[in-house]
Amino acid sequence: MTFLNEYAFYIGAFGLILIGLLTILLRHHLIKLIIGLSIMETGINLFLIAIGYISRGTAPIFPVDGGAGTVMVDPVPQALVLTAIVIGVAVLAMALGMAIRLHGHYGTLDMRRIKELKW
Amino acid sequence: MIFLVAFLVLVMLAAAIAAFFFRDLLSAVIASCIVSLIASIIFFLLQAPDVAMAEASIGAALLTAILIIAIRRTGRYEE
Amino acid sequence: MRVLLSLAVVAVLAAGIVTVLRDVPFGGNSSRLGSHFVENGREDTGAANIVTSVVLGYRGFDTLGEVTVLFVAAVGLGALLVAGEKNAPRKLEKASMVLTTGSRFLFPLILLFGAYIFIHGHLTPGGGFQGGAIIASGYLLVYLGSRDRRLGKNWAASIETGGGLTFVLLGLAGLTAAGHWFLSNFLPLGVPGQLLSAGIIPIIYVAIGLKVGVELTGVIDSLMGGTE
Repeated sequence: MTFLNEYAFYIGAFGLILIGLLTILLRHHLIKLIIGLSIMETGINLFLIAIGYISRGTAPIFPVDGGAGTVMVDPVPQALVLTAIVIGVAVLAMALGMAIRLHGHYGTLDMRRIKELKW
Repeated sequence: MIFLVAFLVLVMLAAAIAAFFFRDLLSAVIASCIVSLIASIIFFLLQAPDVAMAEASIGAALLTAILIIAIRRTGRYEE
Repeated sequence: MRVLLSLAVVAVLAAGIVTVLRDVPFGGNSSRLGSHFVENGREDTGAANIVTSVVLGYRGFDTLGEVTVLFVAAVGLGALLVAGEKNAPRKLEKASMVLTTGSRFLFPLILLFGAYIFIHGHLTPGGGFQGGAIIASGYLLVYLGSRDRRLGKNWAASIETGGGLTFVLLGLAGLTAAGHWFLSNFLPLGVPGQLLSAGIIPIIYVAIGLKVGVELTGVIDSLMGGTE
């Protein structure tokens, strides 16, 4: 019970990061790699938000009257993650554009069949 | 409350593992969409409504749409 | 070999994470920066939503950089895909009338919702980025529902330019006002919690919302390619 209380969010975040990393390392298809990147990014965002959480804190938004003195969670990681999500979708769209061009050039997205991408 | 979180985390990790194993790319994209959607609920439970909104509208909706468009232009199955 | 190497890398990473995280208690965050923003953010910037006051008040320059990155990515994607128009996707079948009418009916409502989200960015959860993404998803619905509709390129370019220019010019206007600096809040702050408060923050968020909406729509548009 206390274990769950302490670690449930961390397990979720780092589970996503490790699964995304495994997808990037083990899969051969470029679109699968991009899906892995997006999963990893979600995990990192989740971890940053979980770090900023304060027990029994409320969302960092003041009501119309008062609200002074209430405990609020840390707003800085939330602002950073907001930035990271928007940048992330732009970067992934760019990667997908490159994948589409590669498919036009080689006729496949399998990394074993594209010589320059083999490792 | 904590059991709800544990359940959500389990489903999220299961969807991520499913996205790893699916040979059909469309199914993998839908699984990663489920990951984003549940992550958005968890953001809300962590008192971050701004981030939850961004993740639901960008991560779960737009990114899935972009991936599906790219799959339509390249091919659905991973050989 | 490759599988073993990858599994070894991931196992080492997991072991490192477990070692470090055992000493980080959950929910015990005590960042002095965060508590400073929570205590003073409403008085300093006039925004009731502290995340907005961090994004546009304390870290406005950072957000300008972010908007630039998004712009560069959208332009780069367009440039990347224009050259590859030869393998345009095959001709699409026409959507049914129910789909067309439904998407045209829902489109203005989604636009209205997106505008609500970014106009109230300093009062309620949400803001320019979320509202822009909602507007882009409305355009996505129209693209999928009625295939012939496209965003006019001139309109898109002028909205994008206008949004970026508003951001930069408001920042430069802060330089001319006495006692202020780049992107500092030189308009009167008003009463926190009212729609017309927080100085330049709502104006910048409206500009960002329109700009992000148009840019994400442009990303979808160039990924879809030339459908005859």
